[in-house]
Amino acid sequence: MIVNSIINGRRTPLEGHPMARLLDVLRASGFTGVKEGCGEGECGACAVLVDGALVNSCLTPLAHADGASITTIEGVANQTRLHAIQESFLECGGAQCGICTPGMVLAAHALLSRHPDPTDDEVRAALAGNLCRCTGYMRIFASVFEAVRRLA
Amino acid sequence: MDVPQIGRSVLRKEGRAKVTGQAMYVDDVSPAGVLHGVTVRSPVARGRIKAITFDPAFPWDEFVVVTAADIPGRNVVKLILDDQPYLAHDVVNHREEPVALVAHRDRARADEARRHVTIDIEPLPPVFTIDEALARREIVWGADNVFKSYTVQKGDVDAAFARAAIVVEGDYETGAQEQLYIEPNGMLAVADPAHGVTVWGSMQCPYYIHKALAGLFNLPPERIRVVQMETGGGFGGKEEYPSVIAGHAALLAWKSGRPVKMIYGRDEDMAATTKRHPSRTRHRTAVTRDGDLLAMDIDFTIDGGAYCTLSPVVLSRGTIHAAGPYSCPNVRVRGRAVATNTPPHGAFRGFGAPQSLFALERHIDKVASAVGLTPEAFRRRNFITFGGTLAVGQTIKEPVDMGGLLDRALQLSDYHAKRARFARENTSRAVKNGIGFATFFHGAGFTGSGEVHLKSVVAVEGTIDGTVRVLAASTEIGQGTNTIFSQIAAGALGIDPEDVDVAQPDTSVVPDSGPTVASRTCMVVGRLVESAALGVRHTLVDAGFLPAVSTRGEFQTACRRYVETFGTLRATSQYAPPPGLVWDDEKYLGDAYGTYGWAVYVAEVSVDTRTWETRVDDFVAVQEVGRVINPTLATGQIEGGVAQGIGWALYEDVVWREGRMVNSQMTNYIMPTSMDLPDIRVYFEEVPYAYGPAGAKGIGELPMDGPAPAIFNAVADATGADVTRLPLTPERLMDLMERP
Repeated sequence: MIVNSIINGRRTPLEGHPMARLLDVLRASGFTGVKEGCGEGECGACAVLVDGALVNSCLTPLAHADGASITTIEGVANQTRLHAIQESFLECGGAQCGICTPGMVLAAHALLSRHPDPTDDEVRAALAGNLCRCTGYMRIFASVFEAVRRLA
Repeated sequence: MDVPQIGRSVLRKEGRAKVTGQAMYVDDVSPAGVLHGVTVRSPVARGRIKAITFDPAFPWDEFVVVTAADIPGRNVVKLILDDQPYLAHDVVNHREEPVALVAHRDRARADEARRHVTIDIEPLPPVFTIDEALARREIVWGADNVFKSYTVQKGDVDAAFARAAIVVEGDYETGAQEQLYIEPNGMLAVADPAHGVTVWGSMQCPYYIHKALAGLFNLPPERIRVVQMETGGGFGGKEEYPSVIAGHAALLAWKSGRPVKMIYGRDEDMAATTKRHPSRTRHRTAVTRDGDLLAMDIDFTIDGGAYCTLSPVVLSRGTIHAAGPYSCPNVRVRGRAVATNTPPHGAFRGFGAPQSLFALERHIDKVASAVGLTPEAFRRRNFITFGGTLAVGQTIKEPVDMGGLLDRALQLSDYHAKRARFARENTSRAVKNGIGFATFFHGAGFTGSGEVHLKSVVAVEGTIDGTVRVLAASTEIGQGTNTIFSQIAAGALGIDPEDVDVAQPDTSVVPDSGPTVASRTCMVVGRLVESAALGVRHTLVDAGFLPAVSTRGEFQTACRRYVETFGTLRATSQYAPPPGLVWDDEKYLGDAYGTYGWAVYVAEVSVDTRTWETRVDDFVAVQEVGRVINPTLATGQIEGGVAQGIGWALYEDVVWREGRMVNSQMTNYIMPTSMDLPDIRVYFEEVPYAYGPAGAKGIGELPMDGPAPAIFNAVADATGADVTRLPLTPERLMDLMERP
C-alpha cells in the first residue's frame, strides 16, 4: 500500500506492505537516523514522533502512519540551527556512541513539549523507554535540563 | 606541556552528526545490488557434523551459499591461537557456532533459507561449567581443558600461613555479562579475486580484522582493506568478534561477486557473540592480630567458552589485579582459563580485572571483620604506597595516595554518619539501608611487554589549508577518541582542536596504532599523537617557517608554506616504552603496567526484605587518572562504566540452558534504565603521569572494577548476609536469607 504521511513537515508517500515495520520503511526512504537496536520495542533507538507522540517505529505497522505527521531525528533541527535539545546534548555530553541519541533526543522533545519544566523524576520516567549503554544517563539528564533552561 | 586545550570540555568532534542523525553506521549504507547475509548455526553444543543438508524443495539457485569448503585460505579466525574456525566443518564445539552462510537480496528470504538447512550432528557430551571443565571427565579442548594458566609468586606463602594468627577464606563467583552495545554487530563486504577484499563495519580494531582476513583469503596485506564506520558502542564486544562477521560477509561477497551486508539481530548478537568471562575466585588470607596482611593465596578461574580467543590475556589481567592495591609480603595467585562448550567469552571492559577485584574487595571486608577492624581501618594499614611492591614484583615509582582518595570518598558520601544511622534504623525497618566501598586500581595500556610487541605507530600531517590531520587506527566508539586526539594534537601545536581532523580509520590510509582496547587509546596512542604532532612542529621550526613560540595563525601560514614548498608535511611516532620498565614473560614478574589508575567507590543501597530487591541510592566515584584531557568526556566514561558495573552487580543475569543463552533479548536480559540508577557523582584527583599525553593516564576500564564490590559490601552492611555470587538478583538474595 501507499500511505500518505507528513514526514518532518513534508508530504511524503511511503510504500510498503500495510504490516511492514514503519522503521524499515522510513530507513528505506532515507531516514537512516531512525536506528534499530532490538526490534522489539525495548531500546527506543527507533523512536519517532507520530502526531507528537513518542512511538517505537519497530512496533508500528506502516498502515498506522497513514495520514499521520511523523517527526524523525532528521526533522528536529531547522536548516541553519540545531534545536536547543540537540545543542544541549552536544554540549553536556549527552551523546557518546550516538546510536541511542536520535531516539533519546526525540524522547526529550516529546517530554518538553508536554512538560516544559519537568522534575528529575519526570525526566527519568520520560526516558525510561530509551536505553543507553554508554553514558549511565547522567549526562543525558543534564542535557535535558540544559535544554529546559534554553527553551525557557 | 600544560596548554589551554587540555582540561577543557571541547565539544565532541562528531557530536553534531550524532545529534542530528547524520552519523553513518554500517547499516545506514546500502550499495546497489547489496545482498543480505545470514548465518546457519549449530543447534547443539558439541558434536560431530555428519551432513549439512539443503532442502531439495527450496529454490537454492536464488541464494548464495557458503560452507567451509568455499574458503580460499585458512579456515581459522587469526588471534592468539588458531583454534577457532570461521565455519565448522567436522565438529561443533558450542551452540550457535557458524556452520554455513546464506545470502539473498531480500533479508527476509535469507532468514527463511536458514530454516531450510539441516545440520545433522552426532552429539558428544558437553561441558558447561568451570567445575565440569576442571573435573576433566570429558576433554573438550587440548589435553586438559585449560587454555592458559599463570602463577604469580611473591615471598613464601606457605611459611606465612604456617605462622599466621588468623586465616580468612572465601569463595566468590561472577556470571557472564553481555556488552549490549545498542548497535548490533554488522559488516559490509566487497570482495573478488581481482580486487581483493574490502570491509566496512562496526568495530574496535581494524588491524585485527585485517590480519584475520589476509589469512582467510590467503591474500597479501595490501589486498585487504578494513574501514571503520561510526560504531554504536563496543565495550570490548567489538574487539575480536568483528573478525568473524567480517570474514563471513567477505566470503559471501567473494563467492557472489556482489556487496554483502551482514547485520546481526539482537537475539543473534546476544546468543552467538562474546560476553564477559564467568569466574570463580577462592581466597585464603593470613593476617596478624593487628590487621597486617601476611599472605594472600588466590585461586582464580575463568570460563573461556569453546575457543581460546582472548582468554589468555583476560586471564593475565585478572591474575595481575587479583591481589589489589595492597602491600603484602607473601602472595600467590594461580590463574587458569578453562574451556567449556558455550560460545567463546571475550573482551569486555575491565578484561578479567572486574572479576578478580570483585572477589578481593568483597573478601577484604570479611578479613577486616575477622580481625575486628573497620573496612577502612584495615585497608589503611595495608594500602600500597610509593616505593611499595605489588604482587608481581612491580615497585610503585609514582605518587599514590589511596588513603587520600579514601578520605575524600568517605567524606563526599557522608559514609560514617550514614553507616551509624543505618545501623540504628535498620532494626525496625523492612527496607534496610547499607553503605559500602571498594578501593582498587587498574593498569593502563597493554600488560607487560604487550605495548613493546605492538609497536604502535601514529602519523600527523600538516595540510595546505593549514589544518592538521591525525592518522591512527584507534577507533571512536563513543568514548571520545576523535575529540581527545584533536585536543592533544592542538595542544602540542598551539592551534585549536577545530583545526585538527582525525582520519576515519581505514587500513589503506592509517598506520597501525594498535587495537582500541585496554584503556590505551588516550594514554598510549594519545602520547604518540602528541609526539607526532610535535614532530610536525619541529619540522616547521627547523625549516625556518615557524618561530619556537607561535600563534595559531603563524602555524597555519607555516604549514601552508611548507606544503607548497616541499609537498608533504608528515611526522610519525612509534611506541617506545618509558625508561626503566622491565617485564619477564616467563616468570610473570616485573612492571605489569606503565602506570595505574587508582580509585575509591562508595555505594549506598537499600534492600527490601519483602521482595529482596536491591537498589543503589547514591554512588560516589573518586579516582586518580592523571591529567583529565576533557572533563565532560572523562566524567561520561566514569558514569557509563559505573552504570555497567551496577548492571553487572544486580541485574544482568545471563541464563544458560544446554550451552545457549536463553534470555537473549532486551526484554529479559535487564540492563539499567534511566529509572534504575542513582546519581553517580564523579570526582577526579589529577596527578600528571610523566609518560602520558599532557599527563593523562588510561580511564576506560577503571570504572567497571569498583561498583560491584562496593554494592556487595553495602548489601552485607544492610543485611548482614555474606553475599558472594554476582549478579545479586532478588532470587539469589532470598535464597541466601530465607533458606535454613
